Amino acid sequence: MAVEDRLLSTVSIRQKAFSDVLPDFRNLGVIARVLVAVNAAAAIGALFAAASPALALDRFVAMAAFVEPLLLVTLVALFGLSPLLQRVSYAAGFAVVLAVVVALAALYQGFVPEVVAEPLPDTGRTLALSAIIAAAVLGLLRLVAKAYSPAIAEARLQALQARIRPHFLFNSLNAVLSLIRRDPKRAERALEDLSDLFRTLMAEPRQFVRLADEISLLERYAAIEQLRLGERLRITWELDAAPSDALLPPLVLQPLLENAVFHGVEPGTGASEVLVRIERRGNRVIARIENPYLEAEQSRAGNRMALDNIRERLALFFDAEARIDTQAANGRYRVEIEIPYRAARP
Amino acid sequence: MIRVFIADDEAPARERLKELLEDIAAEVPASVAGEAKNGLEVLERLPQSGAQVLLLDIQMPGMGGLEVARHLALLPEAPTVVFVTAHDRHAVEAFELNALDYLLKPVRAARLAAALKKASAGGAPGRAQLARAASGAREYLSVAERHRIVLVPVRDVVFLRAEQKYVTLRTRSQEHLIEESLIALEREFAGRFVRIHRNCLVSRAAIRGFERGGGGEEDPHWLVVLDGVTERLPVSRRQWPALRELVAEKP
Repeated sequence: MAVEDRLLSTVSIRQKAFSDVLPDFRNLGVIARVLVAVNAAAAIGALFAAASPALALDRFVAMAAFVEPLLLVTLVALFGLSPLLQRVSYAAGFAVVLAVVVALAALYQGFVPEVVAEPLPDTGRTLALSAIIAAAVLGLLRLVAKAYSPAIAEARLQALQARIRPHFLFNSLNAVLSLIRRDPKRAERALEDLSDLFRTLMAEPRQFVRLADEISLLERYAAIEQLRLGERLRITWELDAAPSDALLPPLVLQPLLENAVFHGVEPGTGASEVLVRIERRGNRVIARIENPYLEAEQSRAGNRMALDNIRERLALFFDAEARIDTQAANGRYRVEIEIPYRAARP
Repeated sequence: MIRVFIADDEAPARERLKELLEDIAAEVPASVAGEAKNGLEVLERLPQSGAQVLLLDIQMPGMGGLEVARHLALLPEAPTVVFVTAHDRHAVEAFELNALDYLLKPVRAARLAAALKKASAGGAPGRAQLARAASGAREYLSVAERHRIVLVPVRDVVFLRAEQKYVTLRTRSQEHLIEESLIALEREFAGRFVRIHRNCLVSRAAIRGFERGGGGEEDPHWLVVLDGVTERLPVSRRQWPALRELVAEKP
């Protein structure tokens, strides 16, 4: 199996926030921002049109009754069109979104029952306003994305620096050195594993990787640690339900396994059990890593930093749709990550 | 022939050091006197091994290298310690500052040969030197017998009382004499023990309460009641106000 090729072929789906690509209308964070922005626009409009704040509230309620159905239908339409919108240029996507909004507004205006709003707003005004608001919201989302993109580059850099734990590097090299005379073949394999690990650590940022690649990285990392720690490290892999085509930011899982070894295995004198379980549940991918929880070891620094770093990167890549939880109970420490399932295109 | 003891929790690292010792055998003849894979094992095995030099990894499970070295320093024939570390900036700074010898992993043959030559000429590092290099408090206090080191977990200690040259260490079931100064102990374990008298530290966790022990109504003398020991210890007038507050804080 051409494992090397797989490792190199990081799937080139650019992170949306990086260039002028339309926002992902399937992202909860984006949807929430659209809802807030449109309702804020309605509130401002109500305040302008009414004579007093109390009247403005009435006005806003009436406007919301009219606007909300159209807004929801639009969001559903954009949700459906999202894959198409990701593929076209920004200008084309922008035009498509505007066209969809105006068309839906026109349709809505034609069908809207008298009960929802009386008197019925003028058609021309409805269409003009929906186009203006749509353009303004797209502009706003683009600004948000721009504000995030240097943060992603920065976070990736931090990830790199946080990742190469010198303790791991030097101990691994030392272990390889000890193998060279006794078992040259194994030493070769260990150096190959180390190279793959470092290739990923130094890879081009901004790209999602396939889960299969991240798993193979985990296995390489585990092989090196096994070499050093021997019997003391026992890893149970539960990967049967792992969706190998799922996309995730690089180096999200490996640091967690490294933490598990560093905090849960190395400080123990006997054998320690580590569990790695990755599975897909509906449209979510859930990864869990467990290790023994050693009370005395809480002074050993570094755990929080790695976790914070991953949490930050998940938030940048997935907004509100990712989750990371930790729990210490019954002598076990558990980290669980949940991200939306997005498949790589074949 | 230098007798060398190797302590590292990773088997490949121990193998590597043995290979290197063979490589430099012509220059510095050495034999392996023993091996250990964690801190407690070193303290168990080293005293009988007759080792002159200890190659000691500082990051080991159970007990770190620096604490191991502090306990070994009590032995009448303490080995010369050469610390080994993959990467620990703070430890390396402390070694430099206190003139302790160390090697960086991966270890080079030439560096190992130089360290062994120097170690076989020089004496063991001093206790004060090691204490200064250590970053935190010890987990154990220790008593050295001729070929054995007896460890007492600090959390088991009920009180420490200075008597002339020694300090008496009292647990629920045992009593030992240790060669340390009460002032240094107070400083090292500030969070765990509290001074009740010029000559006595008691474990904060073991304090159950206080008893009137004579003295007038105006000027009572107090005794501390401790968990696990029947002996009542006198509280000095000077320490009483601070102790009274401590008890008030206890749930």
